[in-house]
Amino acid sequence: MSAVSLDAAPGRARRRHPALLFLKTQPLGTFGLAVIVLMTVAALIPQIIAPYDPETVDFASMLTAPSLAHPLGTDAFGRDVLTRVIYGARTALGLGFLSSLIGSVIGAVLGVAAAYFRGTFDLVVQGITDIFLSFPIIILALVVVSVLGKGESLGIHWNLVAAIAVPIAPNVARVVRAAALAIREMPYIDAARAAGYSHRRIIFRHMLPNIMAPWLIMFTAFIAQAILLEASLSFLGLGISEPTASWGVMLSGHAADFYSEAPWMILFPGLAISLAVFAFNLFGDSLRDWLDPRLKI
Amino acid sequence: MLTYAANRILMMIPTLLGVAVLVFFLLRIMPGDIVELKLKADGAAVSEETLNAERTRLGLNKPMAAQLVDWLTGLATLNFGMSMWTGDPVSHEVAIRLELSIEVAILAALIAVVIALPLGTLAALFKNTWVDYTIRVIAFAGLATPSFWLGMLMILTLLALFEWAPPITFTHFYEDPLANLTQLIWPALAIGYRYSAMVTRMTRSTLLEVLQEDYIRTARSKGVYEWLIVVRHAMRNALLPVVTVVGLEFAFLIGGLVVTEQVFNLNGIGKLFVEASTRGDYTMVQALVMLVAAFFIVVNFTVDMLYAVLDPRIRYR
Repeated sequence: MSAVSLDAAPGRARRRHPALLFLKTQPLGTFGLAVIVLMTVAALIPQIIAPYDPETVDFASMLTAPSLAHPLGTDAFGRDVLTRVIYGARTALGLGFLSSLIGSVIGAVLGVAAAYFRGTFDLVVQGITDIFLSFPIIILALVVVSVLGKGESLGIHWNLVAAIAVPIAPNVARVVRAAALAIREMPYIDAARAAGYSHRRIIFRHMLPNIMAPWLIMFTAFIAQAILLEASLSFLGLGISEPTASWGVMLSGHAADFYSEAPWMILFPGLAISLAVFAFNLFGDSLRDWLDPRLKI
Repeated sequence: MLTYAANRILMMIPTLLGVAVLVFFLLRIMPGDIVELKLKADGAAVSEETLNAERTRLGLNKPMAAQLVDWLTGLATLNFGMSMWTGDPVSHEVAIRLELSIEVAILAALIAVVIALPLGTLAALFKNTWVDYTIRVIAFAGLATPSFWLGMLMILTLLALFEWAPPITFTHFYEDPLANLTQLIWPALAIGYRYSAMVTRMTRSTLLEVLQEDYIRTARSKGVYEWLIVVRHAMRNALLPVVTVVGLEFAFLIGGLVVTEQVFNLNGIGKLFVEASTRGDYTMVQALVMLVAAFFIVVNFTVDMLYAVLDPRIRYR
């Protein structure tokens, strides 16, 4: 029996949309996705969701415990913790997405180019990635921060984005290079070369689309890493600084002075970080199982 | 084997040299000026002569090439120069903090391995049961929880239960082992949780792969006890990738220390790194980066050599 007659058989369920299949077969990934969607909404329209202004100081209600008026309590400046957690999502997700995107794109271009051209270029790229990969990502980020200092334009902390993107790029380059090396030997690349296509066309039209699966998985996983990194750097006073709402900032500085008086100041921002990282990791993992279970990243 | 080891040791030199040059140039493109930052810290009016005198003292007004030669010859003779901030030798600043950080790292590694091996094995043996799911969720949470926040939660709990706050001064192990351990066990736990999560996941997945092998089926069909199969046949073969993760993560522990030392008031290498980056103390940052790179390379080498000991099939030539 041919596939055509199977499809035409009466009463047979139509093929599901692949996205629906993801929801059905990956319950954990769906949970991760739901959290991500929720946080993205919070990041996009915090002014509608959040009950207060994130930066307005209100000394009349300093360090109040969670209540109906302030569901997660207030901090040492009387600012609503819930509001700041919601606005913190904008900082975390925005910076996380942007820096992971920039790092992953640079990494992908370098990785594919290294695999395609081989030779000296490949050796140079490999040498540099090897050096970068012998450092924990936070150490690299610290070095970049100390080189660039702090800088902001258009409301985005570009130096912080660079600090987070720099350690991501070599990691992505290594994986993408390995994937692209396998693709390079495929007959259709030979065919494209024989047809006289330019290097650029082969790289962008033939190779890049075929490394999308590992790339997408890495991109998602590195959003989680980037969120963690932003929180850590801001906590150390080297990332976002007061009064901007960021989960790392909320945990830094004066938060530690009120351990016994106001534990909610420490509890909720940390929960938000963990939940965000957890969700992106879960989603990335399920994405791998779904796209290509044999991949080991 | 011996020739291989010798070759590997020789190969470390170009890698370290690459790191040294890269770090040097990275830090020289920094826009801030350490001398102005240091002397004008409290907004004091400082004359240009004083600034220049300080630059001369730190060797900052020499040509770039001369500075690079100074740095490389210094490295070769293990002389890292003076901290630009405190004026003490870098090696001294590092030495007084090294003991603490190494001790936390070793404790964290021990905690991680002790927790991860049994958990990973259990998860693999009870695959797709509630045992497996629980362990996987615990491990996943470990990857998501920032170690500094975990540390803060610990302090919060310890304060509430025992009114214990992290002490300001460091007690050496040889002075008072108990006081030393009660001080360092918490940061080690905070860092060790994430570490153990990595190792748990690796143990589970490699053990699952090994349990599919033919020789496991053979052992089962011979009627070998299940625990004996796990301990003698499966575990020994699953150990290799686990050793890799333990080694690699150990080399990367400094990443956790950087943030966690801050939380526990520990004056270690991590805190030194953060302070040096905040103040733009080049000599300190470049020396610390070299230290981290050297440590990583040595740990990697040790892990590779361990392979040969653990797996008789691997013989380096």
